[in-house]
Amino acid sequence: MKKVIMGNHALSYGAMLSRSQVIAAYPITPQTQVVELLSEMCASKTLDAKFIKVESEHSAMAACIAASLAGARTFTATSSQGLTLMHELLHWASGGRMPVVMGNINRAMAPGWSIWTDQNDSLSQRDTGWLQFYCASNQEVLDTVIQAFKVSERLLIPSMVVLDAFALSHTYEVVDIPDQEKVDAYLPPFNPPVRLTPSDPHAFGGLTGPDHYFELRYKLQIDMEKVPALVEDTGREYEKMFGRHLGQVEDYRCEDAEIILVTSGTAGYTARVGVDQLREEGVKAGNLRMKMFRPFPFVKVREILTKAKKVAVVDRNISYGHHGIFFEEVKSALYGFDHDLPVFGFITGLGGRDITPGMFKEMAHLTLAKDKPEEEITWIGVKR
Amino acid sequence: MKQKKQKKKAEKIVFKSEKDVPLMPMSIGSMLYNKTGVWRNIRPEIDLANCIQCGICWKFCPDVAIYIENEFPFVDYDYCKGCGICAEECPSKCIAMVEEKK
Repeated sequence: MKKVIMGNHALSYGAMLSRSQVIAAYPITPQTQVVELLSEMCASKTLDAKFIKVESEHSAMAACIAASLAGARTFTATSSQGLTLMHELLHWASGGRMPVVMGNINRAMAPGWSIWTDQNDSLSQRDTGWLQFYCASNQEVLDTVIQAFKVSERLLIPSMVVLDAFALSHTYEVVDIPDQEKVDAYLPPFNPPVRLTPSDPHAFGGLTGPDHYFELRYKLQIDMEKVPALVEDTGREYEKMFGRHLGQVEDYRCEDAEIILVTSGTAGYTARVGVDQLREEGVKAGNLRMKMFRPFPFVKVREILTKAKKVAVVDRNISYGHHGIFFEEVKSALYGFDHDLPVFGFITGLGGRDITPGMFKEMAHLTLAKDKPEEEITWIGVKR
Repeated sequence: MKQKKQKKKAEKIVFKSEKDVPLMPMSIGSMLYNKTGVWRNIRPEIDLANCIQCGICWKFCPDVAIYIENEFPFVDYDYCKGCGICAEECPSKCIAMVEEKK
């Protein structure tokens, strides 16, 4: 069934079709309509789930962890300050191997108060052990929630499905909402190997000394390394059943590209317009859209970028005192494999300032004008 | 009422390989040998003659260090940290917090 829905509701429908059993959320800004629609679905019994209202995002994640540990498929959603308030519990979810799936709407961090988009909220959670998927359309949001449950539950690692505030969260698009029976066939019920139950009591998260803590973290990383292959497998399976591919990255006109613009989130689709315009000018440009950020898709990135002559990484985020975060990651993926490939770092669109196709053209021309980058950050669109 | 002390085997579990370590940090058994009762400065002493068997001390103990036997509460001194919540909550005031003497 095709429906015109906003990005927030695409998350809600994804959670509904995945038959989430427990949803815990804090309802006030920066929260969005994601949980509003889910609470309506719970009230009208469209979704047979327990909706838990809590007093903070910290508690929301705590409730999700407990529910997941009891064996329930668990979903929540948040944004910016809410996500960062959860930070401690994000470590609990991944360290405890609870496959919670969470929607995060990328909103800039305060101060000053902002509800507009940039990626510093979710990228600040880089090392928490969560999978991170950055979406570029409402359709992709819905599909990714379903796939994320599958990947997360297979490996017992939580997932974050990320979308840009307003540019996607409040933008209405046509979304194909798959049939429940088909989703059920793709995503079997959650059946964890261990669960907390009075009939088989366990202590969870107790004191773990130097004898065992190291091994717990080793095992998490080993399972993280299995994610890229599993994302490819489950993505192909999804394509077979629903006709839409879900991969680690998406490349656009990269085959013969001399310059590749690397983007994430909705900027990827804007970049395509810029790429088309550059092609009309005779510039062989391409776009690599990073769908997965954690684990970082090293192999795919190397495979695609090393074919180009130059790379421009466009970041809607900043690591203060360093540079753009995707810029950093892309360079680290290439290091040791292709030393000569010049990688240029651009920062633009912080706090929801628009990124236009013209800006991508500007970035491409700046990159083509120099043999190698002369500064850590090239700022695009800042008033100075 | 004579208190029977619970006997727990204090044996440290050390897994030889990561394959033996549970995937989730569950039931690793660290509390079997990590007896937190040694942190205690003051100890609860229950006057069972005045105990009304309400179970409030058992319910309030944050460390699950009070157990019920023959419907009377007893303190597990291996794990009681001496916080005094039981004494504070006891409606018949039959729990005294007594200084540990070492």
